[in-house]
Amino acid sequence: MRITCPHCGPRGNDEFTVLGAADPVRPGPDAPLAGWVAYVHERENLRGSHRELWHHQAGCRAWLVVERDTWTHAVIAVRAAREAEQAP
Amino acid sequence: MHYSIFSLLRNALSGNRLWTPAWRDPEPKAFYDTLIVGGGGHGLATAYYLAKEHGITDVAVLEKGYIGSGNVGRNTTIIRSNYLLPANTHFYEKSLQLWEGLEQDINYNAMISQRGVINLFHSDGQRDAFARRGNAMRLAGVDAELLDADGVRALVPGMNMNDARFPVQGGLLQRRGGTVRHDAVAWGYARAADRRGVDILQHTEVTGIRVEAGRVTGVETTRGFIGARRVGLAAAGNSGRVAAMAGLRLPIETHVLQAFVSEAIKPVIDTVVTFGAGHFYVSQSDKGGLVFGGDIDGYNSYAQRGSLPVVEEVMECAVALFPAFSRLRYLRQWGGVMDMCMDGSPIIDRTPVDGLFLNCGWCYGGFKATPASGWCFAHTIATGAPHALNADFRLDRFATGAVLDEKGAGAQANLH
Repeated sequence: MRITCPHCGPRGNDEFTVLGAADPVRPGPDAPLAGWVAYVHERENLRGSHRELWHHQAGCRAWLVVERDTWTHAVIAVRAAREAEQAP
Repeated sequence: MHYSIFSLLRNALSGNRLWTPAWRDPEPKAFYDTLIVGGGGHGLATAYYLAKEHGITDVAVLEKGYIGSGNVGRNTTIIRSNYLLPANTHFYEKSLQLWEGLEQDINYNAMISQRGVINLFHSDGQRDAFARRGNAMRLAGVDAELLDADGVRALVPGMNMNDARFPVQGGLLQRRGGTVRHDAVAWGYARAADRRGVDILQHTEVTGIRVEAGRVTGVETTRGFIGARRVGLAAAGNSGRVAAMAGLRLPIETHVLQAFVSEAIKPVIDTVVTFGAGHFYVSQSDKGGLVFGGDIDGYNSYAQRGSLPVVEEVMECAVALFPAFSRLRYLRQWGGVMDMCMDGSPIIDRTPVDGLFLNCGWCYGGFKATPASGWCFAHTIATGAPHALNADFRLDRFATGAVLDEKGAGAQANLH
């Protein structure tokens, strides 16, 4: 599997570590317990297109939002996480 | 047909024409008392123990592929009960005890071989952690021995004890651990459940779960609707997708784990050895192939195949521990998809939907749990409440904080 880093170009996936799903949103400090349980533990765990946070640890060390098909391993889109956050 | 030396002789003398299929291939009925979703080891074991322990035989097991096509045939066949946390220690010890009597119980040769499992340690800190785990096991009545380097050398000749970076200081040995022929577990449980009246429905994929007024009433399948009073989900790898059909969201990510078999060679290793400085475990099958594996790939995957960096890492670990293995070619490699749970421990529990029960979250340690998982899940389904052995494997523990994090890795599925 090759991930095209927006800063470094196509790289093997051994240069990256994976945090997991990109979509869970951290609740506010006053959110009820259920919101925190959902954020920390519960995952949609999709088969198919899945947005994930990858860290280019052995490269530019940027955080990336990688959209990837979890059934075929096809990489659909890669964006810098900062850019994805500012223009979702 | 009961299998015995006499059935073997009779069939050998009659040209093997009288063997009958190991289980029936029935048409689905319109309604069952209990449906089990997932015809893997855990689902089949659940059906078997429902019939045997609780007398519930109006049961069907729904399998989307064929029996043996999923994780029950994709693991590295290791059994052991060397866990630290009391809930896990007692549960896996029950499993090991069921393994010990399984072949007579189900009248099937599963080639259970208690050849011993050695977890190697490579530093003082690791030795202390292993000693603690061994002591916890012994307090729970489970066998454990702490070996020094000479003890390990005597049991596993040919291993590189003096690697410059990771010298082997010793190991934690569980002599009652070992290996089982995994296909035989699937076939044996399927046959034993079938003989007690359970319908095994292969190529029957569940596409929906029907819930009316908070109570499960059956499942939609590729062969039509099947009604049921109770439904048990045992679809590890796809637990999240199946549970979502009933509106549940689980603390689980699906990840791929790869395993490998080398070409067959003469006997070289007669125990199970796990490397403590990387992620690698190896045993040798009766055919002579080395069966080995490592860590999960680390990213969400339903693909049943992994990528090359993990292959490289597993081979590096293998050669670091057994330099002679560098001359071997590996013969086969495959991937299985795992329910990676947020605390690394399984869930066997009721759900908020009446009549719907959940068995999932086995990470990549589900094979050894097969008998106890089925036994406890059958108890939970039959009585409507968990057995003491699975009382801590609750679905709500992620909200209450009573998590079972054997590794202390936190809520990060790919680190367990």
